[in-house]
Amino acid sequence: MGIGMAADLLQYASSGVTIGAVYALVALGFTLIYNSTHVANFAQGDFAMLGAMTTVFVVTGGLPTFPAAILGTGVAAVAGLALYRLAIDPARSSPVLGLIVLTIGASIFAKGVAQLVFDKRFHSLPSWFDAGPIKLLGATIQTQSLVVLAGTIVVVGALAAFTTKTLLGKGILAVSQNPLAATLMGMNVRSIVTLAFVVSAAIGGLAGIMAAPITLTSYDAGTILSLKGFAAAMLGGMGNPVGAVVGGIVLGIVEAFGGGLISSAYKDAFAFLVILIVLAVRPQGFFGSIARERV
Amino acid sequence: MRSVRSRLLQLAILVAIIAIAPLLVPSNYYLRVMTLIYVFGLAAVGLNLLMGFAGQVSLGHAGFVGIGAYSVALGSVHWGLPGLYSVVLGAFVSAAIAALVGRPILRLKGHYLAVATLGFGFLIALLITNEAGLTGGPDGISVPRPVVFGWRLRTVEQWYWISGVALVVGVFIAQNLVASSTGRALRAIHDSEVAAQAIGVDVAKQKLKVFVVSAVYASLAGSLLAFCNGHITPDSTAGFLRSVELVTMVVLGGLGSVLGSVLGAAVLVLLPQVLTVFHDYEHLMLGLLMVLCIVMLPIGVVPSLAKKFARSGA
Repeated sequence: MGIGMAADLLQYASSGVTIGAVYALVALGFTLIYNSTHVANFAQGDFAMLGAMTTVFVVTGGLPTFPAAILGTGVAAVAGLALYRLAIDPARSSPVLGLIVLTIGASIFAKGVAQLVFDKRFHSLPSWFDAGPIKLLGATIQTQSLVVLAGTIVVVGALAAFTTKTLLGKGILAVSQNPLAATLMGMNVRSIVTLAFVVSAAIGGLAGIMAAPITLTSYDAGTILSLKGFAAAMLGGMGNPVGAVVGGIVLGIVEAFGGGLISSAYKDAFAFLVILIVLAVRPQGFFGSIARERV
Repeated sequence: MRSVRSRLLQLAILVAIIAIAPLLVPSNYYLRVMTLIYVFGLAAVGLNLLMGFAGQVSLGHAGFVGIGAYSVALGSVHWGLPGLYSVVLGAFVSAAIAALVGRPILRLKGHYLAVATLGFGFLIALLITNEAGLTGGPDGISVPRPVVFGWRLRTVEQWYWISGVALVVGVFIAQNLVASSTGRALRAIHDSEVAAQAIGVDVAKQKLKVFVVSAVYASLAGSLLAFCNGHITPDSTAGFLRSVELVTMVVLGGLGSVLGSVLGAAVLVLLPQVLTVFHDYEHLMLGLLMVLCIVMLPIGVVPSLAKKFARSGA
């Protein structure tokens, strides 16, 4: 194997892990909402889009990147709050399929709002830090990739600490395991689920904002992110946060190597092909357990 | 015998609408829109067999619409096949692919099944988009109108009647399938797979059967769509949004309601036509409508209304 080949592989690995980290964060938000409500939220990618688009436009308006990113995350969080309180909570009695249609509808609605408030063009965000790209064994690693990785590690760590160390976080776990028992223990399930939506949306928004300097963003960028996030969460095993992160990274790496080594036109195909194969062999995903149905 | 009567009544309503509509509409434009309603209604009725009766979701059903549409396009453009043969070819290919992928996919449940079917639909759309040499790529491909018994079918009226008849036949077959032992088996699976298995239903076989049938419905709808429009693109046939629309038609009209699917198709076909006036607001309004419908009519339009009437009438 020549040096050039090794450099290429390193390049694929680094871009795969970077985009995989973004998928992982979207999948993590997906998992959080799924655990608290058993709703597969197809608008999860649109939180990322809303965060990124808001940040891009506020930065264009003259605000520095960091306050803009906080604002963008806030907008995504408010969208999450609105989604739960205005749509999902009132539709609790719907069958699962209805809820799938509902969140897809919410996703299309978010797209429509973004297209009106912002525009229909592609946008990029300047890199967060001015440092040039890092050369490593012939591969080029953008500094923003490091930001995405560091950000993902911080978010995953913070979320883990939140759900295991704080009372509120434990509340989310309790609600996800047994909402009725949680109610009986005196927890306000509705506010805890609201919190889960706000946190998920904020995580999604942050993912979109961190990725915006690397991947372009536009009003319809959310759909493919939702699909990939959903797929990553399934790949890992639905409802398992560790699985969501691993699923996201695996998805990103498969895509980068498949796209680089085999065909870039079919980049997206490799991810879904792998999912079909994994689910055929292991229907519950990497870390999922088989739920037994009782009659 | 009540159920037979209600089935015949539904069919009669549908036939009456199809027969009378051309007398009422002022121009060919409306006739074309009605044609599209019948075409998508056919696909939705098929998908409802899978979702409403067997309780299995498919977020990739437009993949089969794409296969049906592109087989008539490729059949006539590249292989010189007569139109009708291409339609049958598409249906066979769809059935074969459904049988092949259905076996592993249908073992999955709930959201896992959703993501697997989504992946399947995505792969078909990607294949159609990328094999530009054959399919024309993202810009699409023109479909010559077929010649049947030396008669070139090209007018809006001809396709109106063909789609209308196709829909009536599709609804009739679906109604009979639902009322047959297969239908009972499917409903048992919907309620509880384990219980269905316990009373001797071959769950895997029945699920596969209905998946194949629904794929054939989608494929035939795709072939019709290609002929009616004369031009097809990957997005207009096999795209993810198309799959979403099909699912929305079924859920909006009502899971398990055959006529509801046709109504759902009518809403989703008419809406963009109405909204072209407010072009920039199209996404916004479509999304809002989907959300509002689920919030206000959680079990779908037709069953919700039926319930309401039953309550006030009693």
